[in-house]
Amino acid sequence: MGILDSIPHVNAVSSHRPWPRAVVTEAGWQAAIDRLVGGGLTLLGFWGEPAAVHLAMLDGGSAEIAVVTYACTAGTFPSVASSHPPALRLERTIHDLFGLVPTVAGDLRPWLDHYVWGKSYPLSGRNASRDVQPYQFLPAEGEALHQVAVGPVHAGIIEPGHFRFTANGEHVVRLEQWLGYTHKGIESLMQGASLEAAAKLANRTSGDSAVAYAFAFARAAEAALDIEVPRRATCLRALMAELERLANHFGDIGAICNDASFALMHAQTGILRERTLRAADAAFGHRLMMDVVVPGGVARDIAPDGIPALRTLLAEIKKVFPRLIELYDNTASLQDRTVTTGIVKADYARQFGAGGYVGRASGRNFDARRTLAYAPYDQLSFEVPVLEAGDVNARVWIRIREVEQSVELIAQILDLMEPGEIRTALPAGRGACEGLALTEAFRGDVLVWLRLDGELRVERCHLRDASWFQWPLLETAIEGNIIADFPLCNKSFNCSYSGADL
Amino acid sequence: MNALRDILSQGAQMSLVLGLAPLLTGFVRKVKARLLRRRGPPLLQPYRDLIRLMRKDVVLADNASWLFRVIPYLIFSGTWVAASLVPTFGNGLLFSWTADLIAIIALLGSARFFQALAGMDVGTAFGGIGSSREVMIASLAEPAMLITVFSVAMIAGSTQLANVAEFMGSDAVGLRVSLGMAFVALTIMALAENARIPVDNPATHLELTMVHEAMVLEYSGRHLALIDLSSQLKLLLYVSLIACVFLPWGMATADASVARLVFGALLYLGKLTVLGFLLAVFETSIAKMRVFRIPEFLGAALMLALLATLLRFVSGSL
Repeated sequence: MGILDSIPHVNAVSSHRPWPRAVVTEAGWQAAIDRLVGGGLTLLGFWGEPAAVHLAMLDGGSAEIAVVTYACTAGTFPSVASSHPPALRLERTIHDLFGLVPTVAGDLRPWLDHYVWGKSYPLSGRNASRDVQPYQFLPAEGEALHQVAVGPVHAGIIEPGHFRFTANGEHVVRLEQWLGYTHKGIESLMQGASLEAAAKLANRTSGDSAVAYAFAFARAAEAALDIEVPRRATCLRALMAELERLANHFGDIGAICNDASFALMHAQTGILRERTLRAADAAFGHRLMMDVVVPGGVARDIAPDGIPALRTLLAEIKKVFPRLIELYDNTASLQDRTVTTGIVKADYARQFGAGGYVGRASGRNFDARRTLAYAPYDQLSFEVPVLEAGDVNARVWIRIREVEQSVELIAQILDLMEPGEIRTALPAGRGACEGLALTEAFRGDVLVWLRLDGELRVERCHLRDASWFQWPLLETAIEGNIIADFPLCNKSFNCSYSGADL
Repeated sequence: MNALRDILSQGAQMSLVLGLAPLLTGFVRKVKARLLRRRGPPLLQPYRDLIRLMRKDVVLADNASWLFRVIPYLIFSGTWVAASLVPTFGNGLLFSWTADLIAIIALLGSARFFQALAGMDVGTAFGGIGSSREVMIASLAEPAMLITVFSVAMIAGSTQLANVAEFMGSDAVGLRVSLGMAFVALTIMALAENARIPVDNPATHLELTMVHEAMVLEYSGRHLALIDLSSQLKLLLYVSLIACVFLPWGMATADASVARLVFGALLYLGKLTVLGFLLAVFETSIAKMRVFRIPEFLGAALMLALLATLLRFVSGSL
């Protein structure tokens, strides 16, 4: 109980696994905020319930996690965002969904709520309504400034989101994002869903991270129920997670180059991505491997011809990918675009706890697979690349190195895998219990917190995508850059809209 | 008889450029696709696109002025006339004596001016961005283009393209450093003027990075067809210009036999194929540059053109 030692709390919740959760008073809540502001702890998640708010924090040094809960008896809670900016969008979301009001509310503009739900505060259980007001973008004033509004409908086949630039000619003075267009009400759909249905929902939170979400959800459920998963199942899960990472990193590396109009790389990595997806299809019967990872294990074993398909894939990647790295490294015109473009300062990456390549390209040494060492990664050897430059180029290089690591990991897992069980039956009648889990998706850590009732139904579930803490950094990365470089910066982040809009 | 013949061959030249322009664009796209290991659209796809656009309704913004509607026709006619002035398969055609290289630049400059106006007419942010970038590029490209023309004209002793081509095809030209520089400068200019990589990307969907495409985002239907056709004509114009000034061999003269004219036309097609292929290869092997790197790129063209002119002053044989 390392973290909670220094935070005064009323009582610890016994059924919360594997990390502790404690109910705190205002003093404890404030102590937690102070530790976040001081940089000793990193904000991992911040979510609500009709009458409580939860704050998940990570101690990066000791790899400990703790959750503190504040009971909102008067419908209010002490604001986290007013002193710790990374919590701002989460705090606005809590207000949108539950109607809980932070004291000292600096910014209570709606975030997910675009006034199209037909009601306000949908998860609060109350019948309140809020006044419809046009969304106010933050002001940026000056003589030569003009605004450029982009989205929510974009020209490419990407997700919807609005970007409001204030620019002085080509130079961006301020970028403000307005998301929420892909809100699907996942948290509301989760309530009361059976574990099976909820796992399917989790799978579909952000389609490109289907495996990572299912993995995190399954681990949270297993932690809550306190069950062990067969070893073969964990291996298969990691296999799928790494395949998903490979496919997405290939896609990203090509897409970043394509945004610099270097279509050659895009075409080449497109082929590798397609081969990866086909191998996934051959091995697990679905290109995105949806609904294979389920609480208790995996729904189906790898197909007999899946293993040779994967080995062929690895051989091809090992043959082709080094040449693509060389192409990237030796194309001066491309380097000219990516080097020093869109720098994320290391301080911001640390403060926001940015996961994935965004954090690791800016010196934040965190990878849930390494830091939290969940099965089977505790038995696999791999490196976590970290760079300091924080520019688009660094984010490309992190991806390149991670592709190499994933290829090694898949080979290791294939060697390590032994025949055996792939699924454990879920115990019924355990009573109410809670679980928390993190997995490393391709774009960063996914957090899943859930509470089950006694009959294997989800009482409350919160899914937090890595993008929550990456989107705000994109706003800082583009400052001082030119408008024409925004697509490049944006693609190098490749944040999820769906995952953050819930 | 001669007048009829002149009009006929000039007419043939004008319809040739109009008919060939989409094919050249289609060819470049096809080669680019093949280089990316894609199958690519059919060669004739640009024609189909033009027909499709011609059949579609025009959707106009509520606040579009009369200028917005007129401009596609202005751009098209200006570009078409300019493209007809450049000798393609035959030299010394009727129109070649009515206007010189400087007139061609002026025609293209006016077309660009109207295009930039149209970009700002509706008042969208993207149109404004596109127009401002286009004008920034133009303000550098046009002087560079003029100086390139001067350096070529000083060597050939005329700004009339027909004379220039004739001189370049003769033995009097020899191997000259200044011509090499002018060639590089003209190539850079051709890339910039035609919104090709590395200055602009004709295939992008990213509004924020567009130059030419951002200006025409609000156009639709036949207006867009005319603007697209003008862009294709412009590409053909520049490729023909490079071919006629630097690869003038095999061009038929005004009074040549039909067989010579056909030979000239075939050779011209060959030149277009080679240059189009080179363009596709170049575009595939390079990324687009940062917007503020473009002035340096065009500045290099300006310096080369200036040097070419200076060298010519220093020594008549360079």
